[in-house]
Amino acid sequence: MKKHYSEELNHLKEMVLRMGGLVEKMTHDSVRALVERKREMFPEVQEMEKQVNQLHMDIDEMALGMIALRQPTATDLRFITAAMKINTDLERIGDQAINIVEQAEELLPVPPVKPLIDIPRMAEIAEEMLKDALDAFVKGDVESAYRTIERDDAVDQLKDQVFRELLTFMMADASTIARSMDLILVSRHLERIADHATNICEDVIFMVKGKDVRHQGPLA
Amino acid sequence: MDNAIEVRNLSAWFGQNQVLSDITMDIRRNSVTSVMGPSGCGKSTFIRCLNRMHDLTPGFRMTGEIVFDGRNILTEKIDPVLLRRKVGMVFQQPNPFPRMSVYDNVAVGLRLNGGGISRGEIADVVEKSLRMAAIWDELKDHLDRAGASLSGGQQQRLCIARALAVEPEVLLMDEPCSALDPVSTAKIEELIEDLGDRYTIVVVTHNMQQAARISDSVAFFLMGVLVEMDKSAKIFTNPSDKRTEEYITGRFG
Repeated sequence: MKKHYSEELNHLKEMVLRMGGLVEKMTHDSVRALVERKREMFPEVQEMEKQVNQLHMDIDEMALGMIALRQPTATDLRFITAAMKINTDLERIGDQAINIVEQAEELLPVPPVKPLIDIPRMAEIAEEMLKDALDAFVKGDVESAYRTIERDDAVDQLKDQVFRELLTFMMADASTIARSMDLILVSRHLERIADHATNICEDVIFMVKGKDVRHQGPLA
Repeated sequence: MDNAIEVRNLSAWFGQNQVLSDITMDIRRNSVTSVMGPSGCGKSTFIRCLNRMHDLTPGFRMTGEIVFDGRNILTEKIDPVLLRRKVGMVFQQPNPFPRMSVYDNVAVGLRLNGGGISRGEIADVVEKSLRMAAIWDELKDHLDRAGASLSGGQQQRLCIARALAVEPEVLLMDEPCSALDPVSTAKIEELIEDLGDRYTIVVVTHNMQQAARISDSVAFFLMGVLVEMDKSAKIFTNPSDKRTEEYITGRFG
């Protein structure tokens, strides 16, 4: 019925997806730069962050304008507010990828403390979660959103594992403390990325079902 | 983007009573401009100045300039009939010619405006106008029905088709949806959004949600004064004037 309005809704969705694609690649490339020790990949990740920051502002501006001008209700209202919240999560993911690059800048000039195994594994799961969360957003796929949320535990466990392992390195040899701390921080950033993907899934469930599933875990 | 109409220092009076004070605004070509404000703010008076609808109102007087097509339309030399052909108008209450057929309602302007138009050409214009007014599909098999037999929303779209038939540059609409139900209103609003790409449209409305939905720019009037005019997104997210803010947030008016 309202052609212009539905075009705007589509445009908003496309912007969120473009931003999602960018932060997905930022996450992937930042970890790859660290694991494969490729300094030359840093500038491209930093360049992508500029685009992400611009989209962060553009999406909020557009969503705010639509709320003011279109008086969205029901599905449309939940979609627009979800887009705004997902926007915030995506921007934070971009920031985490930049943080990983910063840790990598510290780590690459010095010999590795150990071969990286768990961190690439964490990155892989976090990236998949992010990709699936965005797919769920596009398709309004609640089942997929629930399944994605469940994977967050695996990332948390890997983060604990990285911490325990590096703790033993630091206790055995104080000269590894700086490098170990940097790696612990990288695992912390990846864990946060998975948390943001989880938030996106929760927003998708609210968008589709109108049901708030946040804060219902064992700690709630 | 250039301007279709430039209003300069327009003031207007009914007798001793000043109803518009020193209005200056640019109306952009091929866009939708809403004029919004509480009852009695002068918004209807204002758009009626744009095609000189007050000419015959006893005691009405206006000063300033309204520049359209490079000429000040307030001067005596302008023929109001020609002006109204280029600056068409749609009113609050749908007013098709009640006994005339749908077809004749649209064709009448062409027939009155000059000879030398063939039947075939008229038929083309009628179809094109009804299509643009988004009512062709509903009425193409009922072109002989009387204007008064249509629903209110259909009548209003018929009036829009009638206005479009004489190929105006500007379309003035004075509360075009106030007499219509929500479904008809949505149709007219969508039509206004569509037509805004090809015509300069000025809509008077006291419904600020409607102004938000349909317009590119919004002018806010209060007691005969133009308080603020800006892009709709600016007006409805962050207006510059405190009075606009108070009006759109429902704190007065």
